Amino acid sequence: MATTNPLGSLFGKNPFRSLQEHMRVAVECADMVPGLFAAAAEADVDAVERIKDQIFEKEAEADQIKNAMRHRLPRSLFLPVNRGDLLEILDVQDSIADVAQDIAGLLCEREMSIPEFLKGDVIPYVEACVGVCHRSLEIIEHFDELLEMGFRGREGERVEALIMELNLAEDVTDDMGMELSRKLFKHEDEMNPVSVMFWYRLIEWIGDLADYAEKVGNRLRLTIAK
Amino acid sequence: MDIIAIYGGWFIGLAALFGLYMTWGIGANDVANAMGTSVGSGAITVKQAIIIAAIFEFAGVVLAGGNVTETVRKGIVDHTVFIDSPELLIYGMLASLLAAGLWLMIASAKGWPVSTTHSIIGAVVGFALVGLGPDAVQWTKVWAIVASWVISPLVGGSIAFLIMISIRKLILNTDDPFQNAKKWGPIYVFFVGFLISLVTLFKGLKHLDIELTTLESFFWSAVIGGLVAFLGWYLIKDKQLDPEAEKDHKFDGVERVFAPMQVFTACAMAFAHGSNDVANGIGPLTAVVSIVESGGQVAQEAGLPLWILLLGGVGIVVGLSTMGYRVMKTIGKKITELTPTRGFSAELAAAATVVLASRTGIPVSTTHILVGAVLGVGLTRGIAALDMRVVGKIVLSWVVTLPIGAGLSALFFFILKAIFE
Repeated sequence: MATTNPLGSLFGKNPFRSLQEHMRVAVECADMVPGLFAAAAEADVDAVERIKDQIFEKEAEADQIKNAMRHRLPRSLFLPVNRGDLLEILDVQDSIADVAQDIAGLLCEREMSIPEFLKGDVIPYVEACVGVCHRSLEIIEHFDELLEMGFRGREGERVEALIMELNLAEDVTDDMGMELSRKLFKHEDEMNPVSVMFWYRLIEWIGDLADYAEKVGNRLRLTIAK
Repeated sequence: MDIIAIYGGWFIGLAALFGLYMTWGIGANDVANAMGTSVGSGAITVKQAIIIAAIFEFAGVVLAGGNVTETVRKGIVDHTVFIDSPELLIYGMLASLLAAGLWLMIASAKGWPVSTTHSIIGAVVGFALVGLGPDAVQWTKVWAIVASWVISPLVGGSIAFLIMISIRKLILNTDDPFQNAKKWGPIYVFFVGFLISLVTLFKGLKHLDIELTTLESFFWSAVIGGLVAFLGWYLIKDKQLDPEAEKDHKFDGVERVFAPMQVFTACAMAFAHGSNDVANGIGPLTAVVSIVESGGQVAQEAGLPLWILLLGGVGIVVGLSTMGYRVMKTIGKKITELTPTRGFSAELAAAATVVLASRTGIPVSTTHILVGAVLGVGLTRGIAALDMRVVGKIVLSWVVTLPIGAGLSALFFFILKAIFE
């Protein structure tokens, strides 16, 4: 007997579960970035290369989940949140994986070593930014409860509070990034100008990890407020 | 008249056979829809669902199935047209059963979501319209039924929406959702028993020679509701919070409290389904039997003979246990998104709507009402993704089923007429 039963075919695949899965993989990409800098600090080219490969692999996995989810989100689905908002959250999440990949690529291609004066500060900065990603992931993991509550009520308030904390944590990384750039500026003359340029870029990209993580939260807030 | 005297036994035999086939089909398809929700959430196993279905479908037919059966038997075609040639009504009812049965077989082989209700109503209208002309159809009743097919899913959806919102207000959006679930759970269960009983008891048991006053109806409904609530309380009283699962999903405990409560909505759905959909199979059969047994009288009042009710019940249970359990398993797997709180809301709303329709003698589609109820829960922003193409398919199946049911039945009508005359 065929199974195109009205009740059975009424339920589409839960897109929030895919969104959570995607965010987990994206944050796994970010998770490997501190190790990348640790290896670079010890000038361990092989380790950098190895971690880069792992990040590239994870990023590809994130892309796969993203594409599959987009594929399964036809307009005929009735969703509790705006379809566009959902896809935007997905895009921003994907940017986290992309930035991790860009950082890994750059460190590897230019065989960048970490200047002595930055060594003490870069890794804490990276870790702080990755920490923001984890906060963001924690918020995304709340989707089940949000859904049960219809994106309102206490659960909505709880998630909004978490988003506020997320914003504060991101502010901290902003300050750390500026501090780092100032240090770099002071030592510009001692370095190869091209390296200086790329280090500014790296600091920016590391900050982007936290930036995108924050944006994920802010996009999510839109779905609650509506 | 002679024809009936000669072939009377044949007519009853054929009608019983076709009726059994229809109820078998209903059991194989529809019951699985009605109860799949409770199976999907793990509240009951497939085996338990079959046992519940056997008891409550039967109770539904006997206690509350009379009105819809009467509508199918004599509410759609104008019986006064047949006074001079009652055998035509027999051909028509047989043709309707054949047509609806055949169409359902084709549709389920193709996987089209066709409603048994729509098939049989279309078929009955069809033979009357083509075989005897538009005057033979009681159009006001037919339009009322068609309107109810649009209205009933909306009613089911609205009730489900309200129940879901109330669960949020009273239980989920509180300091201690788990304790509140245990506190309010029995009260929700009370309403399952109370609503279904009230609709059934209130001026509804005349055929069993039981006449209750309004007050008595309320009293006994409350008693039944109370008993059911006690059972519900007993089932959930020992539920404990699981801190590990709670970390993963904050409302895990609430859902585990609601899971056993879905046993009651499963019973209610089986009862509601029995009270409405079974009539699709036994309504035409009753018509044939009453004409044959009265020797050609068409307009008389006829009670529902017990053996017909039994046949309906047996057909359902056999259908469910031969094929329905597989459908039920498939559906159960597909609707895991319908957690116990959501499933409870949808089922209670659907069961109440169907029983209300049964009480007023309107044949509705249990499956469509359940789809409406699930959409109602979805409108509270409570379901991850609902595929609205289903609604389109349902409307399409309507548009196709009515004319095809009608056409097939008219065809069989002329064939039968040619055979016996």
